[in-house]
Amino acid sequence: MLTYKVQPKSSVSPGINTCQGCMIDVIFRNLLDVMGEDTVLVIPPGCAAQFSGCGPESAVTVPGIQGNLENSAAIAAGIAAGYKHQGNDHTQVVAIAGDGGTVDIGLQSLSGAMERNDNILYICYDNEAYMNTGIQGSSSTPMAAETTTTPAGKLVNNKDLIQIVMAHHVPYAATASVANIPDLRKKLEKAKSVKGCRVLHIMSPCPTGWGYKMEKTVEVAREAMNSGAWVLLEYEGGKVKLGKKPKNLGDVDKYFSMQKRFKGIDDAKKEEIKEHLIARYEYLEKLASI
Amino acid sequence: MAIKMFDGNGAAVEAIRLARPGVIAAYPITPQSSIAEHLADEVAEGKINAEYIRVESEHSAMSMAVGAQLTGVRVATATASVGLALMHEVCGVAAGCRVPIVMPVVNRSLVAPWSLWCDHSDTMAERDTGWLQFYCSTVQEILDLQLCAYRISEHENVMTPSMVCFDGFYLSHSMQRVDTPSDEDAWDFVKPYVRKNMYLDTKDVMFINDLCPTVEHTEMKYQQKVGFDEAAKVAKEVFAEYEERFGRKLQAVETYCLEDAEVAVVTMGSMSGTGKYVVNQLREQGIKAGLLRICMFRPFPAEEIKEALKNIPIIGVVDRSSGLGAAQGPVCSEVKAALSGMDNKVFGYVGGIAGRDISDGSFRKIFGELLDIHAGKADAVTTWFDVRPDAMDMREVETNVNV
Repeated sequence: MLTYKVQPKSSVSPGINTCQGCMIDVIFRNLLDVMGEDTVLVIPPGCAAQFSGCGPESAVTVPGIQGNLENSAAIAAGIAAGYKHQGNDHTQVVAIAGDGGTVDIGLQSLSGAMERNDNILYICYDNEAYMNTGIQGSSSTPMAAETTTTPAGKLVNNKDLIQIVMAHHVPYAATASVANIPDLRKKLEKAKSVKGCRVLHIMSPCPTGWGYKMEKTVEVAREAMNSGAWVLLEYEGGKVKLGKKPKNLGDVDKYFSMQKRFKGIDDAKKEEIKEHLIARYEYLEKLASI
Repeated sequence: MAIKMFDGNGAAVEAIRLARPGVIAAYPITPQSSIAEHLADEVAEGKINAEYIRVESEHSAMSMAVGAQLTGVRVATATASVGLALMHEVCGVAAGCRVPIVMPVVNRSLVAPWSLWCDHSDTMAERDTGWLQFYCSTVQEILDLQLCAYRISEHENVMTPSMVCFDGFYLSHSMQRVDTPSDEDAWDFVKPYVRKNMYLDTKDVMFINDLCPTVEHTEMKYQQKVGFDEAAKVAKEVFAEYEERFGRKLQAVETYCLEDAEVAVVTMGSMSGTGKYVVNQLREQGIKAGLLRICMFRPFPAEEIKEALKNIPIIGVVDRSSGLGAAQGPVCSEVKAALSGMDNKVFGYVGGIAGRDISDGSFRKIFGELLDIHAGKADAVTTWFDVRPDAMDMREVETNVNV
């Protein structure tokens, strides 16, 4: 049985040891504020495990389990099946994992849960590398970004998670950003109201891994959207709905200059990225027009 | 009670049906596949009232099993061979979170080289994962041990998952007569699943399996060790109750003609019947041969084995896995440890790998060697008793083009 050391105002403890400038706690607070106390969390090892806690202490007042890095969706699906069998149709089962635990090692179990339309909400907070283990590159790391395993900049583009999700025909999926919390809350509320496998992909910049001052997280995340490096969209009933069009689509100069991880980039690479971002956005526009 | 015809996989499915699981997550793998299929049939036909999840891997099957059982329902899954190897990581989670899952494992060799056929390399690789392990010798025993495993695993002093292991094809696909309890009698024995200690309930909040600091981790492992100690006691009680209710004796260790034996073999699984057959033949010739079958490998019944073998001078232990790099196979290692300090001579045998039949001839050869040692005519055995003489010529590259 959980006892409180400090009574929290919401379901998240007021004092948690996430890095300064990281907005993952804002994601958690809004997530649990919207989903409510009748929620079970599945959290893999990673940055989000700060919320599972350590030993007898947890940072959240909802129940949960820390699984393995690659099976968050599967554990969540098992929990959902257990509740369904017992006639519990109200408890929300939420898996919340980083990009490594989602687009790399966890993609198989997520794919299975999406195909079966298991009744879970799967959230990927994307800081574009394995930040908790020390900034190693993941398949969500964008082209040209330096990490400790891509020291000369990543040579290839990142996986497009939301398109992978859409290819599974889930009932609801969306991208969101820590730079737009009202939009995030709206999407969480929508996700809460839908049955089946719902997926939210949230950009969550990492000051340590991306190389910017901790107070700049929202600005960096906003600039990612301005350049089209991060695109807000919703996918529901097979239809794509795009958010506000990027102000300066393809113009990554400002976005890249705010972060140290792109400092080694040359003009040719920048041009390649620009073309990729424009082409991707135009493709999404076509999808949205169908 | 009724006599029904089941193959080993069918008996495992029947035991699962009798235990009334609420969630089933299964992934097909030879020779387990018909378990996954028949469970799906039983659910589709309404004979099992469960959520059947058609998972995309064994790793996810065990992950779902852990998640589902933590909500307070009994779950079912089953696997074999590399499927068990893929589950390995999550098997540790089930054990460490004290989720008392009962899982049939159809023994099949681990790759490489590929094989579809039986040996114990898959479950032996899991012997220290924190699961109880039972090894069946007949199809009847698959049903009996699995029903008992629910009671043992779920006992509040044990809270440790079980693998009910049976030999691929030899048992999984062998059709035998099975004395099957009625649904009511079986349910009265197995009893409804009751969640204990750790569970996921938004009305009674806990966070399970978060990072455990070093100052507590040893203690968590010690709790599991105590669970195994208790399992040995609980198994005895449950086996006794099962015998009283259903008339069939189950035990951690089965002894056969050991009282006055001068030589004995130690076996596990389906080879045991053949071993007993050869013991009978030798006894007809006036040779004092005997057999000990290990039925419960985890927790290892060291005391029972010591008691049963203490007066037998020459013992051969037949391992159905190679124990590569070890001084002997894993079963032999444990038997030797159980008998340490005694005067018996224990010899390890390795054979029956990847479906190679352990025949009556194999046992006659083994007993012959043990008898020679007993008579002072030899002092060593052919450890790999069924290896072909041309072993080292196989797959030999005759010409290396790069040289």
